Amino acid sequence: MKLNERSLAFYATCDSPADNSGFLYKRGERHTAYHRRWFVLKGNMLFYFEERDSREPVGVIVLEGCNVELCDSAENFAFAIRFGGSKSRTYVLAAESQAAMESWVKSLSRASFDYMRLVVRELEKQLQEMSRGLAGGCGGSQDAPGLWKPKPSGLEQSRERLPALPAILPKENGCAVWNNALGADRPPDTSGCAGHMDEEGTPRPPPLPPRRRVSNGEAARAVAESPSTFCRLHEQYSREVARLRQDWQQRRRGPQP
Amino acid sequence: LPRAPAVLKKRLVKLVVNFLFYFRTDEAEPIGALLLEHCKITKEEENIFSISFIEEPERKYCFECATEEQCQEWVEALRKASYEFLRKSLIFYRNEIQKMTGKDPLEQYGISEEARFQLGAHRQ
Repeated sequence: MKLNERSLAFYATCDSPADNSGFLYKRGERHTAYHRRWFVLKGNMLFYFEERDSREPVGVIVLEGCNVELCDSAENFAFAIRFGGSKSRTYVLAAESQAAMESWVKSLSRASFDYMRLVVRELEKQLQEMSRGLAGGCGGSQDAPGLWKPKPSGLEQSRERLPALPAILPKENGCAVWNNALGADRPPDTSGCAGHMDEEGTPRPPPLPPRRRVSNGEAARAVAESPSTFCRLHEQYSREVARLRQDWQQRRRGPQP
Repeated sequence: LPRAPAVLKKRLVKLVVNFLFYFRTDEAEPIGALLLEHCKITKEEENIFSISFIEEPERKYCFECATEEQCQEWVEALRKASYEFLRKSLIFYRNEIQKMTGKDPLEQYGISEEARFQLGAHRQ
């Protein structure tokens, strides 16, 4: 299968910061020797180089639909990246210390695009709930309009308008009180959906990085999302900036104070 | 799934995470894929958009869609398809929520110190 290798190599070697990097031993394909390689994790791509200063990666592992687990091996500090599917390979790697192994297992298990998307959606939802709560007054016992002052509108009235000043939400507000602790070892929710709000408005934590096997349906999904809150907020802020700039320019042109 | 014929060849195109796969229309295995990081999506003339990459900006991968509406959908979807875009959104939302509540929303998930969720300066 063709791949835009130059773009991949560029991504691997450009100066955008890596999410993790270091030497790891990689077991050869035919269960032979381990080779020491320089690994660079960026986003959901795990690149490996022959040497730390090599110009191009030797290979890349795309970290979608995989499980990262510790494994029994003669080699110390070994862990595996396991993919589902009959033809898929398991990559066995070994770190040079316990700390390095733990750091890699942690960063690799959170590396998938799917996981990132899950967290983003969860935060997006939280923000929407908060905005709605502030605009309409939260359903709880405390009604605190005096705690924050919405900016006099140059901005359009929109249901999602955020207050210009940082708001301190009343503690009883279900949106502001988080009492869920997500332990790192919890068994995952394999439904793959983000956390839901229950009746009282206390959100359940989203599932951990999915440990599911790759299913055929997943791979064949085309994504076409409608404009996100992020884009709307971005637009809002740029309108605000444009208006402020205009004000400032008008003041400059006006009579001297 | 929308079909996006290129200038000469008709292909089935699928966007999966930050990859754009393309298939000959009746085959199960893709012919190839484009990694969508550090790329620019440009709306060209009617029904047409192109993808070009930062390290080779003159080289354009052109796609012609069946309708203008479909074309706009694809441009929008592809612009948000990169991992790096997702990361920026996350950092943005995190900051917004922190400003509003005084709390880091990632703390409850135990991931607030993760390198991947920090602004550029803090990462390795």
